[in-house]
Amino acid sequence: MKFGIMVNEGPFTHQASDSAYHFAKAALDKGHQVLRIFFYYDGVNNANKLSQPQADDRNLIKLWGELGKEHNLDLVVCVAAALRRGIKEEILAEGFRISGLGQLIEAGVAADRLVVFGD
Amino acid sequence: MEDQFEDLFDIEGVKKKFMFVNRKAPYGTIYALEVLEAVLISAAFEQHAAIVFVDDGVYQIKKGQDTKAINMKNFSPTFKIIEMEKEDADEDPDMDMVWRIIVEKESMEARGFTPDDFVIDVEVLSSAELGAFMEEQDVILSG
Amino acid sequence: MLHTVNKSPYERANLDSCLRLAQKGSAILLYEDGVYAAVKDADASAKIEGALKDLSVFVLGPDLAARGIEENRLINGVVVVDYGGFVDLVGEHGPTQTWL
Repeated sequence: MKFGIMVNEGPFTHQASDSAYHFAKAALDKGHQVLRIFFYYDGVNNANKLSQPQADDRNLIKLWGELGKEHNLDLVVCVAAALRRGIKEEILAEGFRISGLGQLIEAGVAADRLVVFGD
Repeated sequence: MEDQFEDLFDIEGVKKKFMFVNRKAPYGTIYALEVLEAVLISAAFEQHAAIVFVDDGVYQIKKGQDTKAINMKNFSPTFKIIEMEKEDADEDPDMDMVWRIIVEKESMEARGFTPDDFVIDVEVLSSAELGAFMEEQDVILSG
Repeated sequence: MLHTVNKSPYERANLDSCLRLAQKGSAILLYEDGVYAAVKDADASAKIEGALKDLSVFVLGPDLAARGIEENRLINGVVVVDYGGFVDLVGEHGPTQTWL
C-alpha cells in the first residue's frame, strides 16, 4: 500500500513528529511504500539543522534524515510555512527539500492513504 | 531530486475526494489560516473538496471580524475566494470538480449561531449526516 | 473508516466530537494523550464503554507504557496495538480522520 504522511508540529513541543516517525518506520518495515512525508505548520521545524537537542535525547531531525536516506523518502517542507518560520535552504537538514503546498495535495491524490499527525 | 520520485506520482486524470476539517478558532492559533492555503491549492489540482467547519472551526466564518486592534491579518475575506471557486466549479460544465462548504449543525447551535452569522453560504448537516459523508472521502486533512 | 484521537478526554473535547460523528462499524485509535480515555473506573470511562457498543476501539501500547498505564487498567474490549498495528488499522479502514 502507498502511504502519504503529513506532520504538523515541530520536534519538541508535541509528540506528533515522534508518532509520525514511528508510524512511517512501521509502515516501511511492513513493506509498504511511503510516497512522501509533508511537513506543514510548525512541522517545518523538523528540518532545521541548527537545532541541537540535548545529547541524551532523541534527535528527530537526524532520525528523519536517516530514515529518508535509508528508504529514499521524499521529505518535503512547505515553502510558505517554512519562510514564515525562518527555515531556508541554508539551514535545511540533510534529506529534506523545500517545495510548495501542491506537493501535499499531490501526495493525497497519489497515495492510498494519507495520515495526518499534529496537535 | 524531485525527478526520481516522478514515477510514483502519476496522478494524471486521478480524481479524489478531499475533506478539509476545520475545528480550530481563528487568531488564537495559526491552524485556521494555513488550512485555508491548502484548500486553495487543491483547486489547482481540480480535486473534489469538502470544506467542513466543526467545533470551534465555525468561529472562522463568523461575520464582522475586525482584527485591526490585534494587528493580525483578517483572513475571513479569503472564505469568499473559496465560495467563488465553488461557484465556478458549479457553473462550469467542463470542470469535473464538486466543492461543498459544510457546517455541522450541532457545533453551530452549541455556539448560538445560525447560517446568517456566517460570511459565506453554507450547507448545514447534522453530526450523523456529516459523519456518513466523512466515510465517503478519500483524503481527510485536519489542522 | 478510522478515527484517531490524541488528546486526553480531561483536557479537550476531541473524543466527544469524534464520538458524535463516528458511524457504526468504524474504528477509533487512541494514542499519545488520547490513551487516558481507555482507562476503566475513571470519570471519562463511560465515553469509551458506550462507544464499544457500536465501534471498535484500539489503543497504542507504546503510549500506554510511556505513561505508566498498565494494560489491566484498560476498559474491557479495548484492543492494544503497536505501531505496526496502527499501520494495519489505517490500511484496513478507508480514510483516516485525525481529531486534532
